[in-house]
Amino acid sequence: MSRKQQVPKVAAVQGADDTGCPILHVDMDAFYASVELLDRPELVGKPVIIGAAGLRGVVLSATYEARAFGVHSAMPMTRARRLCPHAVVIPPSHGKYAEVSKGVMEIFRAITPQVEPIASDEAFLDVGGARLRLGSPAQIAAMIRAEVRERYGITCSVGVASSKFVAKLASRQCKPDGLLVVPADRVVEFLHPLPVGALWGVGERTEQALVRLGINTVGDLARVPLATLRRELGHAAGTHLAALAWGRDERAVTAHVPDKSIGAEETFPADVDDPEAIRRELLRLSERVAARLRAGGHVGRTVSVKLRRSDFTTITRSRTLREPTDVAQEIYVTVCDLYAAAGLERVRLRLVGVRVENLRGADSAVRQLTLGERESGWREAERAMDKAVRRFGPDAVRPASLVRPKFDGIDL
Amino acid sequence: MMFRVDRDVLAEAVAWTARSLPARPSVPVLAGMRLEVTEDHQLKLSGFDYEVSAEVTLELQTGEPGVVLVSGRLLAEITRALPAQPVDFVIDGAKAVVTCGSARFTLLTMPVEDYPTLPAMPPAAGRVGSDVFASAVAQVATAAGKDDTLPMLTGVRMEIEGDMVTLAATDRYRLAVRELKWQPDQPDISAIAMIPGKTLADTAKSLTTGAEVEIALSSTGGTGEGMIGFSSGGRRTTTRLLDPEFPKYRSLLPTEFSARADLATGPFVEAVKRVALVAERNTPVRLSFRGEEVVLEAGSGDEAQAVEVLPVEFDGDEINIAFNHQFLLEGLGAIDSDVARLQFTTATKPAILTGGKPADTGTVPDYRYLIMPIRLSS
Repeated sequence: MSRKQQVPKVAAVQGADDTGCPILHVDMDAFYASVELLDRPELVGKPVIIGAAGLRGVVLSATYEARAFGVHSAMPMTRARRLCPHAVVIPPSHGKYAEVSKGVMEIFRAITPQVEPIASDEAFLDVGGARLRLGSPAQIAAMIRAEVRERYGITCSVGVASSKFVAKLASRQCKPDGLLVVPADRVVEFLHPLPVGALWGVGERTEQALVRLGINTVGDLARVPLATLRRELGHAAGTHLAALAWGRDERAVTAHVPDKSIGAEETFPADVDDPEAIRRELLRLSERVAARLRAGGHVGRTVSVKLRRSDFTTITRSRTLREPTDVAQEIYVTVCDLYAAAGLERVRLRLVGVRVENLRGADSAVRQLTLGERESGWREAERAMDKAVRRFGPDAVRPASLVRPKFDGIDL
Repeated sequence: MMFRVDRDVLAEAVAWTARSLPARPSVPVLAGMRLEVTEDHQLKLSGFDYEVSAEVTLELQTGEPGVVLVSGRLLAEITRALPAQPVDFVIDGAKAVVTCGSARFTLLTMPVEDYPTLPAMPPAAGRVGSDVFASAVAQVATAAGKDDTLPMLTGVRMEIEGDMVTLAATDRYRLAVRELKWQPDQPDISAIAMIPGKTLADTAKSLTTGAEVEIALSSTGGTGEGMIGFSSGGRRTTTRLLDPEFPKYRSLLPTEFSARADLATGPFVEAVKRVALVAERNTPVRLSFRGEEVVLEAGSGDEAQAVEVLPVEFDGDEINIAFNHQFLLEGLGAIDSDVARLQFTTATKPAILTGGKPADTGTVPDYRYLIMPIRLSS
């Protein structure tokens, strides 16, 4: 992320021609940090880092004042504190961010149903259909920025362009608190001076490979013959990057991207080899995954467990159930089986994860009843738990074995 | 050791014995088939994998006593391919030589002293007609679980109470129960055995060469521990029993119903197979019973759909119920009757499938196949 923020800024094209530019990319500025500052106004203008303070925490978000010292998201907390020792560290409160995120997404959806959220703090909008009702894309972008600021007191940046990836680059260019329109006929002019690393889909490895070939900017990339790119990067990646270098990106804004899987994982504050403790953590993660499945109206058939040893070697094991499930007890029993079968009992583990794949809508799922099944089982019990949690908060009901200090960096 | 025997007789005996040989033997000698010629001119062929043993005895015209162990799979393939002439089997040092007509095979023998001793046949407990037994076992074994992670459900439970044998199996989604008469040696016998379902089905089918099957139980004290043996027409097989734990199924069999439907079995099977073409694995076939008709439907709105209407003799409350089509078809295949009778209470309660007979008032049919419905979300 930081790498991309080092892209040199270009002047915002004010009053630019936005015809043929129906795609908006809206990105909250330092989202978690901005939300925290609402409750801590005394910290405005100071370096603030959001992240678990534990030994193994990572930076989740940082104010621009902290970023000036080189702090960026996903950086280990220990390193961030070395870079910026006087920064205030605030542990994350995800519930708060989720609430603001939900509200912001609602603002988007009031403008157009064509909203594609790609994270809790960013989304693509296709406002092509809202033109008559609400005005040009640039006007709508300005409206969104005003509305978000007014309602939630935080800022966002909006890129307006003819395609998704150019819109995303544009929002990055104008951060923080900016608006940038890239006119359809000036896309190439906008793209070519950018470093190749700015392109969506060019990670560190690809960037290194390109730089080794003397390709530093998107313009350089555009002038490399397609055959050469395909040879160096593989057919699919080469073709894809050649198209992006000329601003061609056919991907549409898809309002609903169904979740392919839902998972949760936890890094222990210190490596754990006690199977009891590991199973307890697997139960907690199963509860969390099942609650998210139910909240999203999903059921899934494939359950997998991820086990990372202290030396970082990681194995995952999965099993496909006969019937799709959204029941924590069923998920838990399966992951415990998989954990036992993996032969890692008594092996020191650094991280465990639980995931349910092969998702489909719970409403389309029919259920094979079993002989002697009780009228109400775990399924019903867990649905009752959901209700209690909605009413009384996240810790209202939990399995008894989880009513004790949880493994979390915060508790260190 | 040597013997001479007709090719057909030998091929059949070898093929039957080879069935119980393990495909992936845990120790190499278990891939072997043991051949023994006894002093009284009998040829015994046997195989064993520590779970199941099989032994067949043939009467010989000529022979020289001795024992040898050869690859069972190879011997089965060879005897099957031999011409229809007498087969001569001779040991020559460490080799076994099989000669038949113009064909001659030389096989390496395996160390017979390493071969485990076959378990002794348990004491006989009684007899049952071999055809009745084979069809009863087939009817029940179809409902046994195939999932080895739940071993308790892969077995067929055999309950013996005097002259009545009850066979039952369930994979939690259906339950098949068959009652049949037999001739016990002791009239007051009471025993329970959990027999691996697949082994029992294979055994019962292969023992129809004799008129009767003799059942032998190692323990008749009611716990059913240990071993069960079956013998018929010179063939005997033993199998280790499973843990006798089993759901208390009798209380799960409904006895009162709110509706009853009689359908012609053949057309019903055909129709279910047709509509099931659009039903993915584990998705339901829906049945709506309305007066004189039943509407069969499968498939979902966003994909293919199929509908078929059949005449039905229906008595009771109208009902919409859905089943896994595979379970329904397996039940219809097992009832062995021209008329299929389905009885229901509600759409989420077990339904019972039986063979309907013209005059059947009050008596409990000897075969019942229970199916759990699929609950539709709507």
